[in-house]
Amino acid sequence: MEIKDIIKEENLVYSKTKLLTDTTLTYCPGCGHGVAHRLLMEVIEEMNIREDTIGISPVGCSVFAYDFMDIDMAQAAHGRAPAVATGIKRCWPDKFVFTYQGDGDLAAIGTAETIHACNRGENFTIIFINNGIYGMTGGQMAPTTLPGMKSSTTPFGRDVSLMGNPIKITELVAQLPGTYFVSRQAVHKPANVRKAKKAIRTAFEVQQQKKGLSFVEIVSNCNSNWKMTPIQSNQWMEENMFPYYPIGDIKIEGKLIKTN
Amino acid sequence: MGELRLMKGNEAIAEAAIRAGCDAYFGYPITPQSEIIEYLAAEETHKRTGMVLLQAESEIAAINMVYGAASTGKKVMTSSSSPGISLKQEGISYIAGAELPCLIVNVVRGGPGLGTIQPSQADYFQATKGGGHGDYRLIVLAPASVQEMSDFVKLAFDLAFKYRNPAMILSDGMIGQMMEKVELFDPVPRNTEFDQSWVITGKTADRERNIITSLHLESASMEKHNQELQKKYIQMQEQEVRIEKIQCEDAEFLFVAYGSSARICQKAVDLARAEGIKTGLLRPQTLFPFPTKEIEKMAGQVKGILTVELSMGQMVEDVRLAVNGKIKVEFYGRAGGMIPTPEEVLKAMKQKIIGG
Amino acid sequence: MAKVKGAIIIDKEKCKGCELCVVACPTNVIGMAPDVNGKGYHFAYAINPESCTGCENCAIVCPDGVISVYRVKVTVE
Repeated sequence: MEIKDIIKEENLVYSKTKLLTDTTLTYCPGCGHGVAHRLLMEVIEEMNIREDTIGISPVGCSVFAYDFMDIDMAQAAHGRAPAVATGIKRCWPDKFVFTYQGDGDLAAIGTAETIHACNRGENFTIIFINNGIYGMTGGQMAPTTLPGMKSSTTPFGRDVSLMGNPIKITELVAQLPGTYFVSRQAVHKPANVRKAKKAIRTAFEVQQQKKGLSFVEIVSNCNSNWKMTPIQSNQWMEENMFPYYPIGDIKIEGKLIKTN
Repeated sequence: MGELRLMKGNEAIAEAAIRAGCDAYFGYPITPQSEIIEYLAAEETHKRTGMVLLQAESEIAAINMVYGAASTGKKVMTSSSSPGISLKQEGISYIAGAELPCLIVNVVRGGPGLGTIQPSQADYFQATKGGGHGDYRLIVLAPASVQEMSDFVKLAFDLAFKYRNPAMILSDGMIGQMMEKVELFDPVPRNTEFDQSWVITGKTADRERNIITSLHLESASMEKHNQELQKKYIQMQEQEVRIEKIQCEDAEFLFVAYGSSARICQKAVDLARAEGIKTGLLRPQTLFPFPTKEIEKMAGQVKGILTVELSMGQMVEDVRLAVNGKIKVEFYGRAGGMIPTPEEVLKAMKQKIIGG
Repeated sequence: MAKVKGAIIIDKEKCKGCELCVVACPTNVIGMAPDVNGKGYHFAYAINPESCTGCENCAIVCPDGVISVYRVKVTVE
């Protein structure tokens, strides 16, 4: 069978969801944001909930998420997305609301908003992209930067005696009674992408069931600021980020998963 | 005639918000305005009208909850006092930039810093000149009675939605805490229809997606946005100035004062007239837009103006700009919660204007 | 005997040349072009299209969503 006979509309099994606009993503080559955006939009399309979905973009590389996601969105001040989402969801309890935030936004300047939205059990979804660095401002230390990891403000590596330890905010919010589903995933390999999508789907279903806050961390790369190729950065992520930020579900149906 | 009640200014704001069909209140307690959230909680607004009430973890969170709720077209408000309003400034700048309607109440206390919980008017600059970053204006209403605390809630929401702009009620601890008779307006139902041209309630098939943002990375776009905002502010200046003139018809000397200070000056006008001195009072009810033309006009009639404020002199700068050197404009004020007596104010008028 | 055959289309102008699809492909279908697209990236293309099984791996790891996947079942006699 010729290739041209395979490439026909009826044989199409995968293409970019129509809920992503045709605007070229502003992210660096190989950046995990693109996959995370797509998974979110695929879940919204598959659940057929676009007419009832409102997204919040943060300050950081994904500030322009609204240019790429073809849904109603608001852009929030740095770290305040969970407060913005709270305002929306309290007024529209039947809508689907999500925030999309990076590590600086969610785990540094927005820590209070994150913790309290989680603790109140606000019925929305937080998508947390953790790449261990401030991407947009040019690679400064993030609250999640690993011990010894170099950044433009820790050029000799993060010294935990001076800078403190990286914060595992996902484990932290999992301890709060208001969170119902907490999971940590990655999007660098096909198997991970499939699991991450399942986690995002579960998160939105938790909203549908009005069970409380659903929180999905995606451990991701920042090859530009890590100063690596995309392939190298994903390998470095597996070797260095995953031991500190282990992949998998942390809390399901309001119950913490026991780990060794 | 509407329902008559004896109420605190703060309570009147809360009751008026419910009656104005407010959809949500987000706030954080701070003296001297905590009665607003307490009154709403006691009223069980979720049962009475379905109004959302949430005590946030901080003023910062509260104003960003307002940003979110206002993005969906809802009628939302927050309230605080000076230090808390400082914390809200980032959010207020975003709300102004994203052109969202909402009401912010500032029951001003003395500053700077943690200051005092006593009444003050030292937040005039912050309220009328921006407060947060960027070229923006709030619609600023200055109530001088418990009655106006109620009436201005409705007016503030109307103006906020008319211009898609945040509106502020700039009150102070005196009017917030004092009790007076108030005639409450009849309740209006909460809105169920929303202007789909800009709100974010979920993208439907029949329209493009809506985006609420204050981000304009390209300079040309940012400048254009600023120019459009300015058009709005100019329109406000042309159409929304509100003042009260008391005994101004034959006045030779004029007090200009707003809020609590205006109450004191009103008495000083009577004292002066009892002595045969023809004074009057011009009381701005809107601080932005400022009654520049009205004051300029009075400058053609009176011999001098004394601006009285509970601060070290802020609005006086706008009065001087309006008068533009035509006649003498002097200032008298007390700070830190100290309240001048009418006699003290009249003495200042005599010393600084009449005899000066 | 039934066999699955696939094919991919890569929007070369939107490709940023990150090569993640290359390592994600289990049958070595994809390579990087020696020439560049309008943005100056060496873009991915099907260097070995006959080996494609239409597994979708390349498309789902592509950050820019530039790959479409087609798949058919064919009977081999």
